[in-house]
Amino acid sequence: MKRHLISAADLSRADALLILDTAEELASLADRPIKKLPTLRGRTVVNLFYEDSTRTRISFEAAAKRLSADVINFSAKGSSVAKGESLKDTALTLEAMGADAVVIRHGASGAAHRLAEWVRGSVLNAGDGTHEHPTQALLDAFTIRRRLRGADSSGARGAGLDGLRVTIVGDVLHSRVARSNVLLLSTLGAEVTLAAPPTLLPLAVGSWPCAVSYDLDSELPKSDVVMMLRVQQERMTAAYFPSVREYSRRYGLDVARMARLPEHAIVMHPGPMNRGVEIAAEVADSVRSTIVEQVANGVTTRMAVLYLLLGGTEFPVTEFPAVAR
Amino acid sequence: MTAAGPGMDRDNTGMDRDSTVNDQVRWLIRGVTIPADGHRGPRATDILLGGGSIMAVGAGLDHAGARVLDVGGLIALPGLVDLHTHLREPGREDAETVATGTAAAALGGYTAVHAMANTDPVADTAGVVEQVWRLGRTAGHCDVQPVGAVTVGLAGTRLAELGTMADSAARVRVFSDDGRCVSDPLLMRRALEYVKAFDGVIAQHAQDPRLTEGAQLNEGEMSARLGLAGWPAVAEEAIIARDCLLAAHVGSALHVCHVSTAGSVEIIRWAKSKGWAVTAEVTPHHLLLTDELAAGYDPVFKVNPPLRTEADVAELRRALADGTIDCVATDHAPHPVEAKETEWAEAAFGMTGLETALRVVHRTMVDTGLLDWHGVADRMSVRPARIGRLTGQGAPLAVGGPANLTLYDPAAPAEVVTPAGASKSRNTPFAGMELPGRVVATFLRGVPTVLDGKLA
Repeated sequence: MKRHLISAADLSRADALLILDTAEELASLADRPIKKLPTLRGRTVVNLFYEDSTRTRISFEAAAKRLSADVINFSAKGSSVAKGESLKDTALTLEAMGADAVVIRHGASGAAHRLAEWVRGSVLNAGDGTHEHPTQALLDAFTIRRRLRGADSSGARGAGLDGLRVTIVGDVLHSRVARSNVLLLSTLGAEVTLAAPPTLLPLAVGSWPCAVSYDLDSELPKSDVVMMLRVQQERMTAAYFPSVREYSRRYGLDVARMARLPEHAIVMHPGPMNRGVEIAAEVADSVRSTIVEQVANGVTTRMAVLYLLLGGTEFPVTEFPAVAR
Repeated sequence: MTAAGPGMDRDNTGMDRDSTVNDQVRWLIRGVTIPADGHRGPRATDILLGGGSIMAVGAGLDHAGARVLDVGGLIALPGLVDLHTHLREPGREDAETVATGTAAAALGGYTAVHAMANTDPVADTAGVVEQVWRLGRTAGHCDVQPVGAVTVGLAGTRLAELGTMADSAARVRVFSDDGRCVSDPLLMRRALEYVKAFDGVIAQHAQDPRLTEGAQLNEGEMSARLGLAGWPAVAEEAIIARDCLLAAHVGSALHVCHVSTAGSVEIIRWAKSKGWAVTAEVTPHHLLLTDELAAGYDPVFKVNPPLRTEADVAELRRALADGTIDCVATDHAPHPVEAKETEWAEAAFGMTGLETALRVVHRTMVDTGLLDWHGVADRMSVRPARIGRLTGQGAPLAVGGPANLTLYDPAAPAEVVTPAGASKSRNTPFAGMELPGRVVATFLRGVPTVLDGKLA
């Protein structure tokens, strides 16, 4: 595995499976009274957040703490950054403080990539602009595999997502979640289809390893997984679609549409949701919904990534249970 | 060229030197080749410079008392003329000054540059254009011809005093809001129409603002993959098409800045076929680089208009070769380090180019067989001088003509470009690339500004 995790394209199939399998091992921890491992004791993980994202930050924070790392939260708001400090200067500061890993969330595409040029530690991209969010894709893959590739965790181990049909719905153009998922899920063998109005798809989407459809209804009966993306209301003002209601009518997942899904199909959402816009409340709260599981799986998956990037690469994964127990 | 006198006007940018012109040191340049058009073939010759002019051309010239420059294998080109340079002074002297920018120009083989108007304050009044013009005369590394803004403050709402700038000591003929597009069609029509009174030309930065809100990178595979907001080719092409029609309608001259797409070439080719007074330029970087280079998010490759695709590059080269695109213009856009050492979206647009332009053209046009050196002289000196309405620049090298010339060694081994140069800024996209050739010397009205590749 590479030293950084910036794009889902950085991961080979073997890398991705190693992360998912490691996450399976770590998931067993979550059921114990003491959830902590000593693995990253003495290592420092900095959460560098330029955008407000409480859910992602606490997910990374919980992951690092469960591995006993020291966690420093650096929020750009009200900090030196707000006073005009450049990303490079912030990076040099973190470097001087001895950060072993920097988890960065930033509004600019490529920010994680740039940061990796300025720090020695590992860089984990926790979302950069409209580019990528690779740990979201990993936790989504983990969630899909658990649900559809083995009821018990051991059954899923080592398995890819071969042959599974995943439909990603909504604002693909601006979605880092969609970019990372297209790359990772196709690496793992899934057949990905993007369903969206043409205005919310990149013009060059034809070069991506996925299919494209403008018609959600025709995709639903053949989908094993439907992943709904958050739609931002301000897109309307830039004429990406005429109204929220029209968007919802054509691309929202309501109860009637959910009924067109195969029996086993699951419904995913990276959060935060706009209930009543891209997803109806009844769907979000249905048994098909994995939304709460995704949050829990986020911690486990991020633990696996931190473990493998910071300490675990030299250990064969088979030794891992000894550490866990 | 005659000595300074009351009748002299257009080519007076070197008047500071003219007092010494008659007794200036004569230079004998031995054994150079003056590229000629194909059917005549090149000729090896000597050139004698004196009194600001070319005194003699011929084999075996001898002149007692002249200094001799004798380096084998050089070609002599008329001094290069840049239609599109950002010298940043006044206002951003941390990025470039007229002195450092013109030094970079001389090192690149230029004897004249057009200084773009987007300074601070904007060059939208006679006062500012005269200031830039005077700074150029003082610096003396090459002629500086100010470009005037089309609209007040480049704001795109009200015409600047174009006539007053034309009548000023700077004698402005090229007007541009470069960096911004004159997007209002009515204002563009009026500007084109108005400058007919003094043989002016509007140099348009063709970029539809609504189609490029927040745009970062050519809209295509790379922008989709990198998650950078797309910059569609149509945003350039739609404006060019509109402007060609406007120029035809009012019978005026349009110059299209930094053409970057294959579609733009097609529109310009069509406009020229109609006989309309449309000219166009291409930058060295658009002749060589593509949007693939953005993969590492290094903003040194961030430029306006953006780097496009292989297909665009190929078509731009063809268009420069067949004359659809008239000339190479650098769009030299220096920026301080901190403007580029940042996230892509935060970074400034622009690249330096004066010091590498000829070598890039060598690689992209000559080494590919698309253009011979006579063609290079035409596209980098003769035509840009004509479009810029400069006299005393861009003249073929002949007896009696101005002694503005560039001596270039095309056989110099390819060298890796380093960011350090005479420019104050380091944002060259060519750093680390090997480029052929070497500018050995530059002469401005008979006086060397560069000798042995260094400032004279």
